[in-house]
Amino acid sequence: MPTVHDWINNPLGIVEDIFAQSNCSPDWETKVLEYFKEKLKDNEAASWVPSLNDVPVHYLKANSLVKFRCFIQDMFDPEFYMGVYETVDPSSKSKVLRSGKYKDVAECGHQVDLNTKNAVTLERQTFYCVPIPGESPWVKESYSCSNPARVVPSTSYAPCRHKRSYEEDEDMETQPHKQKEQLAGPQGTTDIHGSGDPKRLETEAPSSLSNAASGCSSPLDLNFPLPGEKGPACLVKVYEEWELFKVNDILEVYGILSVDPVLSVISEDKDSSLVDPMDCTESVEEQRVHCPPASLVPRLHMLYAHRLQHNNPLLPPAASEASSGFLNDVVSVRGELLGYLTHVLLGDALAAEYLILHLISTVYARRDVLPLGKFTLNLSGCPHNSTYTEQLYRVIQQLIPSSFRLGMSLHNMNNLRLVPRKDYTANRLLSGVLQLAPNTSLFLDETQLEQGQLDSTGVRNITALGNLISWQKVDYDFNYHQMEFPCNINVLIASEGKSLLPFLTPCLPCTPHSPPQCDCHVRLQPQLAPPNLEQYISTIQVSLSPSLLNKFRIYLSLLRTLDYSISEEVTKAVEDDFVEMRKDDPQSISAEDLHRLLVVARLLSLSVGHTTLSRDRWMRAKHLETLRTNRTEQQKCVNGNEP
Amino acid sequence: MSSPSATPTKGKRTRGSNPPTPTQSEPVVFMKLMVVINGEICCSLPAPLNEIDMSSPLTYGTPSSRVEGTPRSGLRGTPVRQRPDLGSVRKARQVDLHSDHANGPEAPASEHSVGQKLVIWGTDVNVGTCKEKFQINVVGDPVLNVNCEHLQSFDADLYRQLIAYPQEVIPTFDMAVNELFFERFPDSVIEHQIQVRPYNALKTRNMRNLNPEDIDQLITISGMVIRTSQLIPEMQEAFFRCQVCAFSTRVEVDRGRIAEPAVCRNCNTTHSMALIHNRSIFSDKQMIKLQESPEDMPAGQTPHTTVVYAHNDLVDKVQPGDRVNITGIYRAVPIRLNPRQSNVKSVYKTHIDAIHFRKTHEKRLHGLDEEAEEKLFTEERVRTLRELAAKPDVYERLSSALAPSIYEHEDIKKGILLQLFGGTRKDFSQTGRGGFRAEINILLCGDPGTSKSQLLQYVYNLVPRGQYTSGKGSSAVGLTAYVMKDPETRQLVLQTGALVLSDNGICCIDEFDKMSDSTRSVLHEVMEQQTLSIAKAGIICQLNARTSVLAAANPVESQWNPKKTTIENIQLPHTLLSRFDLIFLMLDPQDEAYDRRLAHHLVSLYYQSEEQLEEEFLDMAMLKDYVAYARSYIEPRLSEEASQALIKAYVDMRKIGSGRGMVSAYPRQLESLIRLAEAHAKVRFSDKVETIDVEEAKRLHREALKQSATDPRTGFVDISILTTGMSATARKRKEELAQALKRLIQSKGKVPTMKYQQLFDDLRAQSDVAITKDMFEEALQALTDEDYLTVTGKTVRLL
Repeated sequence: MPTVHDWINNPLGIVEDIFAQSNCSPDWETKVLEYFKEKLKDNEAASWVPSLNDVPVHYLKANSLVKFRCFIQDMFDPEFYMGVYETVDPSSKSKVLRSGKYKDVAECGHQVDLNTKNAVTLERQTFYCVPIPGESPWVKESYSCSNPARVVPSTSYAPCRHKRSYEEDEDMETQPHKQKEQLAGPQGTTDIHGSGDPKRLETEAPSSLSNAASGCSSPLDLNFPLPGEKGPACLVKVYEEWELFKVNDILEVYGILSVDPVLSVISEDKDSSLVDPMDCTESVEEQRVHCPPASLVPRLHMLYAHRLQHNNPLLPPAASEASSGFLNDVVSVRGELLGYLTHVLLGDALAAEYLILHLISTVYARRDVLPLGKFTLNLSGCPHNSTYTEQLYRVIQQLIPSSFRLGMSLHNMNNLRLVPRKDYTANRLLSGVLQLAPNTSLFLDETQLEQGQLDSTGVRNITALGNLISWQKVDYDFNYHQMEFPCNINVLIASEGKSLLPFLTPCLPCTPHSPPQCDCHVRLQPQLAPPNLEQYISTIQVSLSPSLLNKFRIYLSLLRTLDYSISEEVTKAVEDDFVEMRKDDPQSISAEDLHRLLVVARLLSLSVGHTTLSRDRWMRAKHLETLRTNRTEQQKCVNGNEP
Repeated sequence: MSSPSATPTKGKRTRGSNPPTPTQSEPVVFMKLMVVINGEICCSLPAPLNEIDMSSPLTYGTPSSRVEGTPRSGLRGTPVRQRPDLGSVRKARQVDLHSDHANGPEAPASEHSVGQKLVIWGTDVNVGTCKEKFQINVVGDPVLNVNCEHLQSFDADLYRQLIAYPQEVIPTFDMAVNELFFERFPDSVIEHQIQVRPYNALKTRNMRNLNPEDIDQLITISGMVIRTSQLIPEMQEAFFRCQVCAFSTRVEVDRGRIAEPAVCRNCNTTHSMALIHNRSIFSDKQMIKLQESPEDMPAGQTPHTTVVYAHNDLVDKVQPGDRVNITGIYRAVPIRLNPRQSNVKSVYKTHIDAIHFRKTHEKRLHGLDEEAEEKLFTEERVRTLRELAAKPDVYERLSSALAPSIYEHEDIKKGILLQLFGGTRKDFSQTGRGGFRAEINILLCGDPGTSKSQLLQYVYNLVPRGQYTSGKGSSAVGLTAYVMKDPETRQLVLQTGALVLSDNGICCIDEFDKMSDSTRSVLHEVMEQQTLSIAKAGIICQLNARTSVLAAANPVESQWNPKKTTIENIQLPHTLLSRFDLIFLMLDPQDEAYDRRLAHHLVSLYYQSEEQLEEEFLDMAMLKDYVAYARSYIEPRLSEEASQALIKAYVDMRKIGSGRGMVSAYPRQLESLIRLAEAHAKVRFSDKVETIDVEEAKRLHREALKQSATDPRTGFVDISILTTGMSATARKRKEELAQALKRLIQSKGKVPTMKYQQLFDDLRAQSDVAITKDMFEEALQALTDEDYLTVTGKTVRLL
């Protein structure tokens, strides 16, 4: 496949060719983009492109085409570069025009004429991208398995392979395509456990290596939103339509990898350079952030990128394509999932029902400040001082593509940076835990909270959580002002009693009768009390067949993308119902309750694959709500003083 | 306007000379150009300007006196200050200019115009220089600020040249100014030659719009200063001395580099020249980081930053946090070729050499900076806004566009709408009254869960300078201002709080009732005087806080008790309550029709698509623009009928109460009425307050009163509930009880002391209504105040 090798291994050559042919006509750029778009249209072809997510940077060839599934963490200032420049061959004095696009450095084996009339200065934008925060391990494995492009390591590097057997090694290097066929099928997940582990070790190798390398000066903070994240960070250079991208978008970028050591040399050279007044533009910190060594933070020159609707590898990128086929057996899958979650929630079917609704909820629209469709769930009654919440999180992590568990211990609240903050010395946005991609699940573990004092950071953090829950927005701290970033994060709160969170937020009334601002509060009523929780949960998990697990995953991701409407007729019925309920007892149901009922009804309909609300579903939603409120009332009677 | 034919002989002069202009052109110039000296004093004062205008032909002198003067000699030794902001122009200028002429397609025209326009420029500056003499002696800052907009309206071509070749054109301007100045005032002594500083170039650009085409052009961008560096001495002229023969030479810095002489010209020794630092000339320089202002940013993106260099006296003119408009030359630092490397990094570093700073918010603490406040509207937008304003139902339309997701509460929305527009600002400081509040304050109180917070959030998001705080979470300093020691500079810095930050905006305070008393007390001053006095750590000042307050409060007993008055329900001091123009109750109405409409509204919220919503309501951006436009351009004044109507309304209001022996209106209510009427006129884009405005103001005011100032015992509207915290009937009852008690004591004859409990029981036995202990104590207190008796412990002693 010589062609493949050409456009993957030497994309710059193609760019140069097109540039040379076009004779400086400005449409050469669109030609380049079209060429690569055409090549990547074919799904299979796209999968030949090695991915930065799975393959360590040092395995990849410099200036080859790679792809990167990433999250825009920060946007740097636009930069001007030499779009077209002229080189002079000193021997023949012949001048050649060259393109500087998709490159970090201008090659001038010859002399560069900087003052030529033909030079064109162009503008490009840099995004700082990191792997998707909180991406579940199964997503990573599944993506890397479906991507057969393995790159033969260069001879100069001897990777430290920990556990890999000789056979596997050979298998991978010599028969990449055979392996692809093996893994592409649905049985791919079974293989994960066999081969996934060593691969991951390999991926991690450079990051541990880099830590060691940079450790001698000071470790480079790659600025991941979540603590303990790993993976490559990347400076993505965007050439077209950068206005369309936003911070916190998730993208799949196809671009030319640039790891030219010159990039690092220049920054080192600066220290000893001549007295140049321009050098003081950037502080040391800024230098480190904006020009990190290319071996740690490679540059990626974007040729083609698309925004990902979801990062579920089991679904095609455009989720709607898959829906028609899957919707037929959606009810049976839902039944299975309900059963599974009921077991996990210690036999509480109502809680399991609500958990499903929570997992498929998404903010689908905003009316002025009001986010519609959010469904924050508070599971109270989780046993304190046990690993139950952790087990529960594991189960959820297994089901959804990205999630994060935030233990709300006092220490965490007082010390973690939840809200991203602009660091003006380094001129970058310091990430915080709440900088998450859309549809990420945030699991707040309130059982870890103990008595003690919150300091000012703690109060700010809790306020931020409260804002997130009630308005689905995070106010990023820009020191002189705050900027509001709307978000779409599913918050699940596991607590012992009722969650304290919404009540501490300043914008919410703190009166005993105030409506709960967590959209929904379910008290867990365990039906069973297994002696060993850990063992119990793991037994349930093991008994789940991988194919069923995959069905669950598809189910949860797919239903989020469905459209939904309410017919005139049902609208009327709902109105009548509401009036009727208010007539009996105006205190029993408020506008807030109707809001919640409508969300529950919506999610309930979607969870069985219906895109319109039917009368039955409405009744079912009301029934569910009654069950839930009754349980809360009961609890109130038992506990007496619980708010 | 001078034409080439008018000055045929002088037209082709070099730039240094200054041909006289026909005097008849001068009035034109004066009219079109306004010269601002040192950014502060504007010479558009009519009287002196005319004077100069008249006298200018006389002061011109003979032509010969000017011809002989080259720029240098004419300036007689006043030092030339280098202009690092323009780069190494002195050397390159001649060359560059010529090459421009050679290359530019309109070469002949432009050369022609350089000489000729300069004349006009000169004459125009004449005024400036006249003023300048006056100024310079006082201010001592020989700088001439020129508004490019005026220049453009005067001569578009000159303006184009200035924008395109600032590095060449500005020094030319400098020359013209200096020649004129020294010709006019040969005796004046100034620090250095006058420098021209243009500002307001082109349309004020957004940082995001900067692109490679702007390099080396004059631009004006707005933004916020986020960081300033320390002062950097930058070498302007290097001094070299030969170590062999002590021959010295000076080398000027060219584009950041010094060409070190390799050979001594005197003794021909190679590499003997050494740099002598303390004889070299340095200039001040400062690096400033500018960040896009938050308003300019598209949603979901992070702000851009740009590096700005300030030179000489512009150093330390701005502080981090300042909002500024910077005019300067956009530059890309050329790539340096490093002989050791075969490849070069292909990225240019860009920065702006600042020529002029203009603080956007500089005057915010002192007064309205009209020009900076002005929001720019395109003509098209203005037309749509005007069209909208002409519609008869614009008031209803706007109020329904306000927070459409919140259902009903039409009157409350109308009240908030009027608050957004505000009244007309009046100044009575000459009559001793001081400013007259134009801002409308609104308090919402009512049952929890009636979307008060949502309304507040909406308003906060709508207005450009809104602040949102919660009563529980804010302290007095958080609302007002606090003094902080800057960790780096050890300077005391005044940090402003929410109220000051929302000057000319709306401060939304949620959970007003949960605010501590000390915090609330600062609101007294803000809500009536619209200022904030600070006396802290050596800083004593009065800040402007012309903010409207939109507050929300919950009833004390979590549910509104209809049997109690507003004061009793929310437990706020009446002194504060009376400062609210409108107090609305947001109650759950609990009736079927309402429920039905509410349900319909909510359900439709959940299934209507985004597009449908757009059609139904005015979008938020439109509303924003409408409000901003009305606020900046419409200043309604009371018409004769309107003032009559207001008087009548006020008299009526007072009459209602006087029949029952209570006062139902105070001058504060009249002021509120005026404000509301003005705001309503603003909604209509009307310059006059008419009767319909007064009618609506009356209606709204009555609505709000009906809700909040109704005495639950009698059912009448009683303003004294809000002004004194107690309804007139309650006061009357208290009075009666005190009298009854007095009579009781008097009936007992001449006893000096009585038992407390005994007296209480007697009074209860005598009275036919139930008397609580509180009431009894109040009566006792009243008598104590009359100096009739004193209460000590359990005994009551007569005096």
